[in-house]
Amino acid sequence: MEIIWGIVYVILAPFAGGLLAGVDRKLTARMQRRVGPPVLQPFYDVLKLFGKENFEVNRLQFPFMLCHLVFMVYTGALFYSGSDMLLMIFALTVAATFLVLAAYSANSPYSFIGAQRELVLVLSAEPVLILVAAGVFKVTGTFRLYEAVATGNELIKFLPGLFLCLFYVFTIKLRKSPFDISYSHHAHQEIVKGISTEISGRTLALLEISHWYENIFLLGFIFMFFAFSPVLGVAVTLLAYLAEIVIDNSNARLRWQWTLVSSWLITLIFGGGNLVALYLAGR
Amino acid sequence: MEYLKKSPWLIHYDGSSCNGCDIEVLACLTPLYDVERFGIINTGNPKHADVFLVTGSINHQNAHIVRNIYEQMPNPKIVIAVGICAATGGIFAECYNVKGGVDKVIPVDVFVPGCAARPEAIIDGVVRALALLDEKKKACQEAA
Repeated sequence: MEIIWGIVYVILAPFAGGLLAGVDRKLTARMQRRVGPPVLQPFYDVLKLFGKENFEVNRLQFPFMLCHLVFMVYTGALFYSGSDMLLMIFALTVAATFLVLAAYSANSPYSFIGAQRELVLVLSAEPVLILVAAGVFKVTGTFRLYEAVATGNELIKFLPGLFLCLFYVFTIKLRKSPFDISYSHHAHQEIVKGISTEISGRTLALLEISHWYENIFLLGFIFMFFAFSPVLGVAVTLLAYLAEIVIDNSNARLRWQWTLVSSWLITLIFGGGNLVALYLAGR
Repeated sequence: MEYLKKSPWLIHYDGSSCNGCDIEVLACLTPLYDVERFGIINTGNPKHADVFLVTGSINHQNAHIVRNIYEQMPNPKIVIAVGICAATGGIFAECYNVKGGVDKVIPVDVFVPGCAARPEAIIDGVVRALALLDEKKKACQEAA
């Protein structure tokens, strides 16, 4: 039964993720008092990219990007089939590593800067994910997601600090301002297109699709904290995404030092504090 | 190919000009004209771009840059010369350093007239250029 949800994710996530991206762009446009593109625009973009001339600067670039996509799908499938959270986080890291390798495979300074910044983002985001897994284990006694949810513990009550950290990192993972330092959806920034500078055509299409998979996986991560009440969970998840769009539209890009220091401080204070409190309370 | 018409990403390059046309190009992005309605994005990266928008005339220093950007764009691609300077060299045509319009270095698909070109005219130019895409695609396939 559990595996079915994994398969449902693999099949439906690109559609849901693409629609989410479309709604995101529409809402962003409305917030700037523009009409904005059609909701299906992300699909048009990706289908167009598949039809473009193949321009790979290195024969390893496409295989690297393919691996990135495969591991991202694997991460999400592990999550939605309720599997081991630690394995999931490692798979996510491997996916990020392949993306960085794809950027490093091109001999371009912009691509290099993008790749380095992507590494900084991974460094900023990863501790929180591991702490969340540790927190869930502390509360429920298992790393397996569905078993953890089935214990009936209301995770948000025990892990409010970690939820706050996760929300902070959510911005990084969604590639939104102020943390879109390696790659932005918005045009024109100081490092051209960062990590995707040398990535074009079908390889760029794969990057987009993998980002859709990642977003749906991340929404699930937010939902997990409220899994005891699905209605509340869906509401909070959508609200969190809406908040991200507002944050994206009202913030300028931070420098990478700030990104790293602020996310680590928040992780240390709220995430670490949350875990310490759990130990003190004897959970 | 249908999808390319729905999602033309463009790169904008300014040759030697007074910046009037550049400001009009940027005006297209503002809420008043909002080119993103048509899926148009100003990418700033030739490898992501489908449409090459050139404003200003070509001189001896930027000729190779324009050619370089053009060559970095994956097919099928369109070139639009915006404003009279990009078409013929305009008021700068007689200058000793100016070669002339964009068509001196790369093939141009659409010329948008004006000094400066109006945002409506620029958007119209992009739409007309997209109509040429089918011919472009055939040409690409024959060449391949």
